[in-house]
Amino acid sequence: MLSYAIFSGITLGGMYALVAMGLTLQYGVSRIMNLAYGELVIVASFIAFIFMTTLGINPIVGLLIIIPLSFALNWIIYRILLTPLVARAKNRGMLEVDSILATFGLLFIVQGVLLVWFGGNYYSYDFMNGAVNVFGAAIAANRLVALGFAIVIGLGFYLILTKTRIGTALRAVAVDPTSARLVAIDVNFASCFAFALGGAMAAVGGVLVSMFLTFSTSMGVVFTMKALIVVIMGGVGNLLGALIAGLILGVAESLVATYVDPGLTIAVTYVIFLLVLLIKPSGLFGRASS
Amino acid sequence: MSILKPDFIKPVGLGAVIFAALAFLPNFVDNYYMSLAISVVSFAVLATAWSMFSGPTRYISLATVVFFGIGAYTVAVLGEHMAFPLVLICAALAGTVIAVLVGFSTLRLAGVYFVIFTFGLTELVRQVVSWYEVNVTREMGRYVFLDITQNDIYWQLLALFAILLLTGFILARSRLGFALRIIGEDETVAKHCGIDVTRVKVALFVLSAVFMTLTGAIMAPRWTYIDPVIAFNPMLSFQVVIMALLGGPRRLLGPLLGVIPLTLLFEVLTASFPNHFSILLGCVFMVIVYLLPGGVIGLYEKYRAPKKRTLSPPDGNNTTPKSEEKAA
Repeated sequence: MLSYAIFSGITLGGMYALVAMGLTLQYGVSRIMNLAYGELVIVASFIAFIFMTTLGINPIVGLLIIIPLSFALNWIIYRILLTPLVARAKNRGMLEVDSILATFGLLFIVQGVLLVWFGGNYYSYDFMNGAVNVFGAAIAANRLVALGFAIVIGLGFYLILTKTRIGTALRAVAVDPTSARLVAIDVNFASCFAFALGGAMAAVGGVLVSMFLTFSTSMGVVFTMKALIVVIMGGVGNLLGALIAGLILGVAESLVATYVDPGLTIAVTYVIFLLVLLIKPSGLFGRASS
Repeated sequence: MSILKPDFIKPVGLGAVIFAALAFLPNFVDNYYMSLAISVVSFAVLATAWSMFSGPTRYISLATVVFFGIGAYTVAVLGEHMAFPLVLICAALAGTVIAVLVGFSTLRLAGVYFVIFTFGLTELVRQVVSWYEVNVTREMGRYVFLDITQNDIYWQLLALFAILLLTGFILARSRLGFALRIIGEDETVAKHCGIDVTRVKVALFVLSAVFMTLTGAIMAPRWTYIDPVIAFNPMLSFQVVIMALLGGPRRLLGPLLGVIPLTLLFEVLTASFPNHFSILLGCVFMVIVYLLPGGVIGLYEKYRAPKKRTLSPPDGNNTTPKSEEKAA
């Protein structure tokens, strides 16, 4: 029971971490507070569902299509919807307010479209449902696969950011967009790239989550919320922080769901969020704000 | 502030006359228009209350429906056990407690924390109330059978709106309102002026939350049946933000300019496109955010004959340091 709860918490936490990494990129580098982020996760889940049920493409292969697709989609969103806001914002605070409002509108549009197509029901599909024995607990194989992919993709993402030229540019923009310009970094391109990459991470998270959880059109808000909490908890822009925060959140939720009541998982999320806000708002690994 | 000055008596007197006239509306129109009037007045209270806090501070609250729903639920739980005015007082108290908790845990921090917190708060409250109803009281959904007519609801809302406007009017001329404006312009300056920034923000947030809670409480008898999904519908928070932004949240009567056209538009949209309501609403919202960033009032002020005092920079130029801190 305990090992099962912890393991499923780690899988869930891995997903949160992966999804939050994308959000921390969008917020840290592009300075867009994207409230529609979770909707993109859910859209990817539904696309994976369609691939699996009507086209017979399994979600792993589906990822090869969904990743570039979501990258392109988010690129377009940034270019069309967000560039005007970036251009008119006179400082970071204004961009934050504008992007919150614009993505809040986007949230309702995406949710509305999903609702028209899929209705309010819960969806799931069968993919690698066989049980595998891990430390005495029977774990569904799809969870293991999802966790494995989350680790591989998260690691790849981490290496892109730390070892490559464009990754270094992104981190420079995250630290200081004005100075980044002085060393010949195209800040607009970097922001757009970070936003698209973050969106692609959201899509990966959505596909992986859909392999082992039931999902519905209204779950996007919950994903956004959890990703935001993980981002804040880990410290904005801090990838390792997001990883650890995601795992903490996932395990805490899973323990409460197993031993107390599954209806209280969001309350756990909020209690953790409150504790972070009251004790260390800059995040577990964040620098103290001035 | 002196109460006897003409610049105080004139607008208040005019307002009193208008509200007195509006109170006779039920004598002239039929039920359909009464229900429309109730929608307009309730949204007017919500949007004005929202703007009272979010306008000057620019802290965007996405949790209007949390307070509205708390008010409605208080009536559903206590309505049959107490006199209605007592129930309203209980609702206001419940709203105050929640608002104080939320305010003190988030308003010390940069604005974005507040937005995130309020963004998920609806989901949290809905799930906690559902959980409580399922596990403790064992009944999902409640009936509200109170001897309150549609006209009573209308008059109560009208009175609430009048009180709200009067509060806003006095506030704008008080020390608290002045402090709030300084905070909105520049929080660092406000701190250096000796303003207890957090306390002012929390005070305003609570005030605005109380009005939202009361609106929910007054509106509850209209539904007869409520459950957590109805009472805590995030769409309401969204509608209120749209209305306030369309009108212009930085003026007392600004939100009203958004409320009237949008309530009518929502009425048409829900009737003709019930399934596509959320999409259309999102589109309307985007149009407002992109084309009318200052609201209708902002537009009016932009194209009005230029003022003589042009030394002060236009509205958008003030820096909001709330999130600057995190830029480091």
